[in-house]
Amino acid sequence: MYPASFEYFAPSSLDEAVEVLERFGGDAKVLAGGQSLIPAMKLRVTAPRALVDINRIDGLDGLVERGGGLCIGALVRHKTCERSELLRGRYSVLGDAAPQISDPIVRNLGTVCGSLAHADPQGDWGAALLAIGADVVIRGPQGERTVALDDFLQGPFATALESSEVITKVQVRAPGARAGGTYLKLERKVGDFATAGVAVHVSLDNGSIARAGIAFTGVGPRNARAAEAEQALAGAEPTEEAIVAAAQLAAGAADPWDDHRGTVEYKRNVVRVFTERGLRTAVAAARGA
Amino acid sequence: MATQEAVVTRPMTVTVNGQARFAEVETRLLLVHFLRETLGLTGTHIGCDTTSCGACTVLLEGTPVKSCTVFAVQAEGRQITTVEGLMSNGALHPIQQGFHEEHALQCGFCTPGMMLTSVALLAENPSPTDEQIRWAISGNVCRCTGYQNIVKAVQHAAAKLREET
Repeated sequence: MYPASFEYFAPSSLDEAVEVLERFGGDAKVLAGGQSLIPAMKLRVTAPRALVDINRIDGLDGLVERGGGLCIGALVRHKTCERSELLRGRYSVLGDAAPQISDPIVRNLGTVCGSLAHADPQGDWGAALLAIGADVVIRGPQGERTVALDDFLQGPFATALESSEVITKVQVRAPGARAGGTYLKLERKVGDFATAGVAVHVSLDNGSIARAGIAFTGVGPRNARAAEAEQALAGAEPTEEAIVAAAQLAAGAADPWDDHRGTVEYKRNVVRVFTERGLRTAVAAARGA
Repeated sequence: MATQEAVVTRPMTVTVNGQARFAEVETRLLLVHFLRETLGLTGTHIGCDTTSCGACTVLLEGTPVKSCTVFAVQAEGRQITTVEGLMSNGALHPIQQGFHEEHALQCGFCTPGMMLTSVALLAENPSPTDEQIRWAISGNVCRCTGYQNIVKAVQHAAAKLREET
């Protein structure tokens, strides 16, 4: 399969990248890992007039702990996350998601920020980062702005990113002193998209739940949080009854569709079971943190 | 209907199997087509052409990538290794010997990608468990062997490489 022709730019600075994006006014795309963009171009789902390859820009591949949270640069690959010691413990919702993304070869190139920009409702990072809490840092002609991930993700393949803008990093919010999390994904085989995925993050304060983050993959038009379930858990004791009740709320909040991966009823049930399991794992980890 | 697409080309230099190569390529040329058609290195196979099967796996700076999902121009100034680059001084690479000795291929279509992924694994982890091998090759699909002998072949190569060092 052959993509449509395009002009190719490999700038060495973000300013230059933004300048090219602006020049093509909505008809240029940023190329990071390319593991979603290139397949889409081959299928001619998209045919940008220009590609701005940011892989030659220094300083975008940092994965560091900063300001009590994590900073994930635009060129941080899934593989780097999979192997990072930083993404264990209180950040386990991220560390558990990384090795479940696509397959090992795709993970060598694909990036966290690229996945967010692509905004596939089947993407895993959106759910994991919504659960723990994150903000997207964006560079454009007017400078830098920061958008909460929940506002950044707008719908299937739709985000708050303007055509002349590029994501420079995603900032993971402070997970809480006593926190834990996990990511559960049902897939038919390695490399498949999720039948359903649930990301869970819990922080504890004096034994009760300070904050619970629950977010979905593949069971709605975008990665979305189970807000009602989160609210029901906030301030509550992490009892088995509370967990079971929250999982019921989460299943009700999921908005799946019938397809070859399963029926609506089946996927809702997977969400319920995964939310229960995820909460149990997250609470146990937070207690031990 | 006439297309309005202009052909956009770009000069590029890339090192393939240790040899510097220069070409004027279309920006939209995929790395796999550059290797197979521009350079005539047909050992790299096109399987699914949809980033799923791993038959087109090559090493980019030592890292396995699916060459159907990388543009040739992205490899500017970089090092590529294809299956043709595995032999040295007329001798098969230990991974090639392993695939031969352990009968790790039937139709052979997935073999170049399997071997390159395995070479990258062994460079990082000289003594992998069977589980680690299965995990590493989980992006490379084989429809003949059931993977059993591929895992044995990688272990065969691992042992051989450990002897050599």
